Amino acid sequence: MTMPGTARTIQLVARRELATRVRSKSFLISTVLIVVLIAVYVLLFSIMGRSSSVKVGLSGQSTGIATQLRTATSALGKQVETSSVGDQTEGEQQLLSGKLDVLVLGALDAPTVVVKSTMDPTVLAALNSLVRQQAIQGVLAQNGLKPTVLDAAENVSVRPKALQPEDPEQGQRTALAYIVGFVLFFSIQTFGVSVAQGVVEEKSSRVVEILLATIRPWQLLVGKVIGIGVAGLLQVVVIAVVGLGLARSSGALTLPDFAVGSIFSALGWYLLGFFLFATLLAAAGSLVSRQEELQSVITPVTLLPVLGFVIGLNLMVSEPNNVTSTVLSLIPLFTPTLMPGRIALGIAPTWQVVLGVLLMLAAIALFSWLGGRIYANAVLRTGARVRLRDALRCAEGR
Amino acid sequence: MVGELAPCGRCGYLGLLMTNLGHAVIMTTADIGMDVVEPRREGSPLAEEVLEIDRVSKRYGDVVALSDMAFDVRAGELFGFVGSNGAGKTTTMRIVLGVLAADSGEVRWSGRPINLRSRRQIGYMPEERGLYPKMKAFDQLVYLGELHGLSTADARRSASYWLERLGVAARRDEEVQKLSLGNQQRVQLAAALVHQPRVLVLDEPFSGLDPVAVDVMSEVLRERAAAGVPVVFSSHQLDLVERLCSRVGIVRSGRMVACDEVDRLRAAGPVRLAVNAPQAGPGWTAGLLGVRELDATDGRTVLEIDDGVDDQMVLAAALATGPVREFTRQRPSLAELFRNVVSEEKKS
Ligand SMILES: Nc1ncnc2c1ncn2[C@@H]1O[C@H](COP(=O)(O)OP(=O)(O)OP(=O)(O)O)[C@@H](O)[C@H]1O
Ligand SMILES: [Mg+2]
Repeated sequence: MTMPGTARTIQLVARRELATRVRSKSFLISTVLIVVLIAVYVLLFSIMGRSSSVKVGLSGQSTGIATQLRTATSALGKQVETSSVGDQTEGEQQLLSGKLDVLVLGALDAPTVVVKSTMDPTVLAALNSLVRQQAIQGVLAQNGLKPTVLDAAENVSVRPKALQPEDPEQGQRTALAYIVGFVLFFSIQTFGVSVAQGVVEEKSSRVVEILLATIRPWQLLVGKVIGIGVAGLLQVVVIAVVGLGLARSSGALTLPDFAVGSIFSALGWYLLGFFLFATLLAAAGSLVSRQEELQSVITPVTLLPVLGFVIGLNLMVSEPNNVTSTVLSLIPLFTPTLMPGRIALGIAPTWQVVLGVLLMLAAIALFSWLGGRIYANAVLRTGARVRLRDALRCAEGR
Repeated sequence: MVGELAPCGRCGYLGLLMTNLGHAVIMTTADIGMDVVEPRREGSPLAEEVLEIDRVSKRYGDVVALSDMAFDVRAGELFGFVGSNGAGKTTTMRIVLGVLAADSGEVRWSGRPINLRSRRQIGYMPEERGLYPKMKAFDQLVYLGELHGLSTADARRSASYWLERLGVAARRDEEVQKLSLGNQQRVQLAAALVHQPRVLVLDEPFSGLDPVAVDVMSEVLRERAAAGVPVVFSSHQLDLVERLCSRVGIVRSGRMVACDEVDRLRAAGPVRLAVNAPQAGPGWTAGLLGVRELDATDGRTVLEIDDGVDDQMVLAAALATGPVREFTRQRPSLAELFRNVVSEEKKS
C-alpha cells in the first residue's frame, strides 16, 4: 500500500465534495432559478426601454408647436405627450423630478431644449425638422427666395442641454451592476454556508473521526473548500454564459465587450469572495455538532456582508461618487460583491480595484490561518458547542 | 500466601482479580504460576507487528479517564478489551487512532511511536458509528479505501469483496442512512477493513448485531487475526470475548487491572465445585473450612473453595449425606471474573 501524498488526499476530498454538490437537486434548482430570474429581469428591462412615451414640456413661444410635434413624432413611431410649462425654472424642476423628459423654451426658430440626462433621438429628429421649417419660413418672409435660405436652414438645429450629462449606456451598466452583484452575493453566501453545513454533517455523523484517523484536519478543510468552491464556480459560469446569451439575443445588451469583461472578472471576484468566507464559515461550523445549532454560529459571519451589500449597492447606484460606498467596497468582507458593481458602473478607478484585491488577498491569508486553527481544534470535539475562546487557544488533537 | 499486590507485567494489578467476594485473599502472580515480567519486545523479531500502549494517561478537567493505561496487542492476536461503562476503553482507542491527544504516555507500532503514516494502516471502527449518511455504501467504501492509499481500482475491488463477505452486497447502492442499524454496522466494519489494514481497532463491533451477523463478524475477526493482524476490540458481551479472544484486558477506572490469556485468568480465579447430592440438607458444608456456598437449588450446590483446600474432603462430606450424582470442578467464567473486578471498584 502506498501513502497517498497531500495533493492526492486533497484531490480525493475535493472530488467527493464536488460530485456530491453537483449531483444534488438543490444545485440544479438554484441554477435554473437564477437563470430564470435574470431572464425575467432582462426582459422587463428591454420592454421598459421601448414602450414608454416621451413627455415634452413647452414654454413661451414654443407652445405653438405642440400639435405639429405630436404629429411628427407619431409619424416616426414614438408617442409624445405635450404639456405647457410656466417658465424655465418650473420646467427644469419637472425634468429633475421625472415628470418631464424634454423641455422646450424660447423662440420658435431657435429654441432652447433641456433634458435631464439623455435626449430621445426620435423627439430630437422631430424637433429639428420643425425648427428648420420655422427658420425657412422666417427667412422666406424677410428676403424672398434667395440661396441663403438653405444656409439658414442648415445653421439651425436643436442642441439639447443636459442638466446631468450621462452615458447613454448607463442603464445597461446599472443593470449589469445589479445582476453581477446579486449573483456574486448569492453564490458566495450559498456555497460558503454549504461549507459550514458540510463540516457539521461530518461532525454530526461522526464520520470525521474516521477521516481524521487517516488525514490531517487541514487537508480535509482545504479539500472541502476547493471542492465546494469549484461547484460554485461551475454554477456562476453557467449563469454567466446563459445570462449573456439571453441578454444579447433579446437586444437588451448593446455593450458586448464591456459586459463580457465584467462578467468574466466576476468569476475572479467570486473565487476571492468564496475563499474569504469559506474558511471562516468552516470554522464557525466546526464549533457545533448539530445542523440545528449551525444558524446561531454562522449568522455573525453571514449577516454583516448582507448589510454591506444592500447599503453599498444602493448607495453606489444612486450616488456614484458617494464616499461611503467607495470605502465599503474596499473592506474585504464587502469587496467581492460591491467592487464588481462599481467597475460595471465605471466609477472604480484602477488603483481602488488593485487595492481592493490586495486587501482581499491579505484577508484571505489571515482568515485561512485563523479559520484553519479553529477548525482543527474544534472539529473533533463533539457534543456541546465549543467556545470560540477554547478553540483558539487549545491545541487538542495532534 | 503473601498478602501484597504484585504488578502483572505492564498490565497493572492482576492480584486484585483474585480477591474473592467475601474474603480479602490476595495472591501474588507467582502463586498462580505465570510469567510476571513480560520480555520487552523491542529488537525481537516480533517487534515488527506489536501495538503497544505504554502508560497512557488522559484527564478531562477533573475526571481522570485514563491513568497509566498499558497493554500490548501482538501479531495474530485477538485481544478483548473489557471494562464497565466509563472505564476508559473508548478513550484508549481514540488515543491510539490519534483523534484524541494523550496527556502523557506513548503508543507504539512496530517499536516506533505511532504517527499518521502508521495510523493509516489501522482499521478503525469508532464507538459512535460514522459514515456519510447520504452517500451510497459502495461509494463510501471506495472513497475511504482511496483516502487510505488504495488505487481506485483496488478500492473498488476491495469494497465489493467486503460488502459481499459481510452480506450487504445487495445494499451497495443504497444511502447509508436508509440501511437498518445492523446493516449500517456491517458497512461500518467493511469501512474498517476496506484498506487491508495491518492493525484492527474496533470499539464495540458486536453491539446491535443479530446472531448471524455476530457469527460473520467473529469469523472475519478470527480470519484477520490468523492472517497476522493484531486485532483489539472492546465489548460488553463477555461470553463472546471469552470464546473469541486469545487474550483479554480488564480495565477499571482508567487502569488495566488484569491482562492475560483467558484460560490463565480463569485458572487463576477461585476454584468452584458443582455438587449434586439430592439428599443433602441445607448447610451441609457448614463444617468445612475454606468452603463457601454460592448457590443451592434443588439439591445442586455451587461452592467456591480457597486454594489449597482439598476437594476430595468436600466430596467425602457430600457422600456422607447420601448419593452424589454430580461432582465437577470449575473455573469462573470471564463474566464472573469481571464481576469481581467491578465489585472491587465499588468497594474502593
Ligand atoms: N468529552 C469528554 N469530556 C469529559 N469527560 C469525558 C469525555 N469523554 C469521556 N469522558 C470520561 O472519560 C471516562 C472514560 O470514558 P470512555 O468513553 O473511555 O469509557 P468506555 O470504557 O468507553 O465506556 P463505555 O463502555 O460506556 O463505552 C468516563 O468517565 C467519561 O465520563
Ligand atoms: Mg466506550
